[in-house]
Amino acid sequence: MKLGVLFSGGKDSTFACYLAKKQGYEISCLISIFSENKESWMFHTPSIEQVKKQAEVMNIPLIIVETKGEKEKELLDLEKGIKKAIENYKIEGVVTGAVESVYQSSRIQNICNKLDIECFNPLWLKVQEELLKDIIKNKFEVIITGVFAFPFGKEWLGRKIDKNFIKDIKKLYDKYSISISGEGGETESFVVNCTLFKRKLRIINYKDFGSGNSWRRELIVG
Amino acid sequence: MIEKILIINICKEKLHYCEFVKPVEDIVVSLKLKYFTKHYKELNKKDLEESDKIIICGTSLKDNEFLENINKFKWLMNFKKPVIGICGGMEIIGAVFGGKLKKKTEESKGFLKKKTEIGFYKEAFKKKFLGFKEGEVYHLHNYYVEFDKRFEILSSNKVVQAVKHKKKEIYGLLFHPEVRNKEIIKNFVRNIY
Repeated sequence: MKLGVLFSGGKDSTFACYLAKKQGYEISCLISIFSENKESWMFHTPSIEQVKKQAEVMNIPLIIVETKGEKEKELLDLEKGIKKAIENYKIEGVVTGAVESVYQSSRIQNICNKLDIECFNPLWLKVQEELLKDIIKNKFEVIITGVFAFPFGKEWLGRKIDKNFIKDIKKLYDKYSISISGEGGETESFVVNCTLFKRKLRIINYKDFGSGNSWRRELIVG
Repeated sequence: MIEKILIINICKEKLHYCEFVKPVEDIVVSLKLKYFTKHYKELNKKDLEESDKIIICGTSLKDNEFLENINKFKWLMNFKKPVIGICGGMEIIGAVFGGKLKKKTEESKGFLKKKTEIGFYKEAFKKKFLGFKEGEVYHLHNYYVEFDKRFEILSSNKVVQAVKHKKKEIYGLLFHPEVRNKEIIKNFVRNIY
């Protein structure tokens, strides 16, 4: 079955893509949404333009859809992207990295149902700590590119997701109920290397934006 | 003796195991109970004999292959131990016991349109069902079943959300308790009816 992956370049959508490929599905294209609204409930935003480089090292065609990011209207833009993938790459289903967000997943289910294609959410309801451990075990190199909750600070930007990261984020979970895998948008991440990539991406430059407990890192990779 | 739970996978697509079966396994694991998972096409007599309880999981909106293979579930007719069917699993129970499979429709501009229910909906039952009386539930279904008189209907909507066989420990739920209301599954496996 030919599939398109709703791809943000973060750990969840990349890991979902990896699982689909491992199960023998053909990944025909990636679909990325570039949202002008940095507070989007639907789409990941930090370093989003760098998905072009990720798609290149994965050797998978990329469909980019730009959206103003207005609530609900952005769904029409997502639908446009999926339609294009059906037309151009004959996909019969999409893969998402949704873990717990019913807000995201039910909207995507609706679009797939309307377009009569399959919808796969291989990370759905996964125990969050297990998810991070699986990502590490499967040799994903992931860095944090956004933090958006108390008590995070700028020092979390650029941190690698490893055993120490899990240890530290678990402490925040115990004390402040911060989602371990960043499912509620508390953290955003970027995959610099994994077995889907032909080579590791190099961080050429970056710029940090934000204040207080809300920070994002815009990377330039090559 | 420690109870052993059989979890039945009805998904056509391999990748859907992660979405519809694994979350149910995780709930059973969280209670430190023993289980084994089998695809309905690979189920044999020994599996049924060895299990003390059965959970039949759901599958994706587009996957209706199991409905073409209802004969693979004929064993349900004479099965004596507790069974719960979630979503597609409930549709299977309905089909085996002579229920009618229906698609919800709604009138739109004078035409009857098929309506799929996706997302959170409020639900209130006539009485407690596996510890659940009312609250928000997660829907993901195209079809529902009209059950015959052998079943007690617990929900009050036209689209039947919860049933129990009047004489057997056979339960059906159209919504997905593994997404919200995990307690329902926990109560089923821990015998809290």
